Amino acid sequence: MSTQEKSRRSFLVDSVSGLGGVWVLANYPEILAAEEHVLAEDESADFAFFTPEQAVEVEEMTAQIIPTDHTPGAREARVVRFIDRILVGFDRDRQDDYTQGLQDLAAETKRRFPSADKFSDLIYDQRLEVLTAIETTPFFNLVRTHTITGFFASPVHGGNAGKVGWELLGYDDSLNHEAPFGYYDALPQMRRGGTTP
Amino acid sequence: MNMREYRSQEQVDFIVIGSGAAGGIMAKQLSTAGFSVVVLEQGGWGKFGHERDYPKDELLNRNIHPEDRLISNPQRQRNTFRRNDREDARPGGHTYGCVVGGGTVTYGGSSWRHLPWEFNEATTVGTIAGTGLADWPITYDELEPYYTQAEWEMGISGQRVDSPFVAPMSKEYPVPPVPMKSSGALFHVAAAKLGLSVVPGPLAIITKPYMGRSGCVNCGLCSGYGCHVKARSSSAVTMVPLAIETGNCEVRVRSYVREINVDNGGRVTGVTYFNADKQEVFQSARAVVLSANAGESARLLLMSNSSRFPDGLANSSGVVGRYLMLGGGGGASGLFEHPLNDYKGVVSGTGILDYVPSDPDRGFYGGGRLTSRGYATPISYGLSGLSPGSPRWGAGYKQALREESNHRMNISCFTTQLPLETNRVDLDPDVKDEWGLPAMRITSTSHPDDIKNMEFFRQKSIEILEAAGATKVWAGPVRDSTGGAHNRGTCRMGDDPNTSVVDKFHRAHDVPNLFVVDGSNLVTGGRNHPTMTIQALAFRAAEHLVLAANAGDV
Repeated sequence: MSTQEKSRRSFLVDSVSGLGGVWVLANYPEILAAEEHVLAEDESADFAFFTPEQAVEVEEMTAQIIPTDHTPGAREARVVRFIDRILVGFDRDRQDDYTQGLQDLAAETKRRFPSADKFSDLIYDQRLEVLTAIETTPFFNLVRTHTITGFFASPVHGGNAGKVGWELLGYDDSLNHEAPFGYYDALPQMRRGGTTP
Repeated sequence: MNMREYRSQEQVDFIVIGSGAAGGIMAKQLSTAGFSVVVLEQGGWGKFGHERDYPKDELLNRNIHPEDRLISNPQRQRNTFRRNDREDARPGGHTYGCVVGGGTVTYGGSSWRHLPWEFNEATTVGTIAGTGLADWPITYDELEPYYTQAEWEMGISGQRVDSPFVAPMSKEYPVPPVPMKSSGALFHVAAAKLGLSVVPGPLAIITKPYMGRSGCVNCGLCSGYGCHVKARSSSAVTMVPLAIETGNCEVRVRSYVREINVDNGGRVTGVTYFNADKQEVFQSARAVVLSANAGESARLLLMSNSSRFPDGLANSSGVVGRYLMLGGGGGASGLFEHPLNDYKGVVSGTGILDYVPSDPDRGFYGGGRLTSRGYATPISYGLSGLSPGSPRWGAGYKQALREESNHRMNISCFTTQLPLETNRVDLDPDVKDEWGLPAMRITSTSHPDDIKNMEFFRQKSIEILEAAGATKVWAGPVRDSTGGAHNRGTCRMGDDPNTSVVDKFHRAHDVPNLFVVDGSNLVTGGRNHPTMTIQALAFRAAEHLVLAANAGDV
């Protein structure tokens, strides 16, 4: 069992009492399996809102906002899946913003690089140029907000796959922490209640 | 849940309007004394009785379903704001706790007492021209036993200290303070260099099992969230269950009061409210306790006008709604070499209190507390947590997240705000709320001393972060408040019916069977941590109200 699984388990056990705790223990394999199922959702499953073509464009945008370097970015976190899901959920009134925004993105792409038909046709530096040109637009900022939100929201919402967003921050989601929490409160003199570093 | 239910035609002894910091206590004390009580709460039950179901999910909390909201919704409970009478009021964002338990269900839990001299600053500091700075009609000594009662009945964690900047206590706290966080440790580092002192903050969050509830598990999704282990000592897990268990108390949720009704003799007969279906219901009562919070209590009195009370109920003084104090703040943020991981645990751990008293050498009136905080949950951190000038997206953004996350701490200051007659809550002449009632209109501009004081605390925050060894420090400009949970002062307590709304036992000067018990009674705002004083006042008010009712004097 990984550390994360262990901490998750101790949260589940510690945060409920009496019968609930027994229930969780008895059903723990099923709970884990259900979670795994969410995480292993079929990569090729249909999108709820985006067309496959739109999904490609949005995913390439998210991959510029939180790029992949030596650690996973928005692409590996499957942020596009998160955005697709909230656009048929609590942010359904932003659907038109995406439809229009993606058309504007294609137009801006075409204007700058006439040989390209769409944003995803561009190479890295060209993508950077296009997004920099639109970075103050409401559409870009909507995608930025959604990308960051999906990258750092709980994986049960479709993004942050494998908790890669939380890993980037060093965020431990066990919800059950014991002191010392950080470097400074762990200093020996602090543990003794002292006041000098 | 087995709860007593009353018919609306049936006259109950008391209606309590609101179930928050004060209302929960009033309901529990009155029902325990044997009186029949109906509590009318605007909000819903929340996860009352099944608190483990409170979602610990930042996305869900940011996009909460309207029916699951724990605070009011400015789209429904509309309000407007203007800086002064010459401005047109604009739509406001003021909110308040709106669930059984009120704001105590989601608050950070700071539970500082007011200091003895905060009850008579007009005497100790002197009156300040153009302000309503006044002495309270009660002393700290009169209130001290009720502070102790509140701390032990609610469950407050903390450490009794001997300090001129902390109110003296007759008894220890019932449970020990929360563990020191790294932000608190850095406070100690700075304080040692600057000759300041650090005190663990008293919190309405229990650190070990107490009265059948669990200790805090330091989950880190704290302020703004319902507590899934019932460690936060809200009215909903302390007072309200005990009130219901007496068999004398009914809590009616989604009950939006529109008027406190009076007869020709000027006595309250009951209240009229909208139920969940927006049907009007009249509930008859021998007396009414108004505990709806400073903004809402004042608004309800002003809406309850009649031929006998043309300017609003209990308002012959014209003071209802005035001397509103929204609260002052300020602060700074800093980055440190090593990770703090301050997202774990409670929001606010420790305080630097050396600047609590006003000091004439500073050239203005004012004081306050500096509190250490590092609170940032992942989504909010990703959206707006990086230091100024950091890239907003792309490779640089990601690298900044990697370098800065968990290395940040904040200082939040809680400062004085002078009571001014012109700062007030009244009824917006144009805007209506979702129930068709006049929206709350807030008019507020802080006194120049308050702004200077906030700037003083902003500078102190920067100094402290630098002394603690921050590698980078930043602080936004001070901003005058436009609303928020700490609103106080709109039905001030006093001996003189011409200058105050209620007497020292919270009875309206004008109406013998109407009692106002909440933050509205505060004559001065303290250092902007009102809840513990509201709770102490409620225990005291309830004790006197029970005596008066038993003597037939209500």
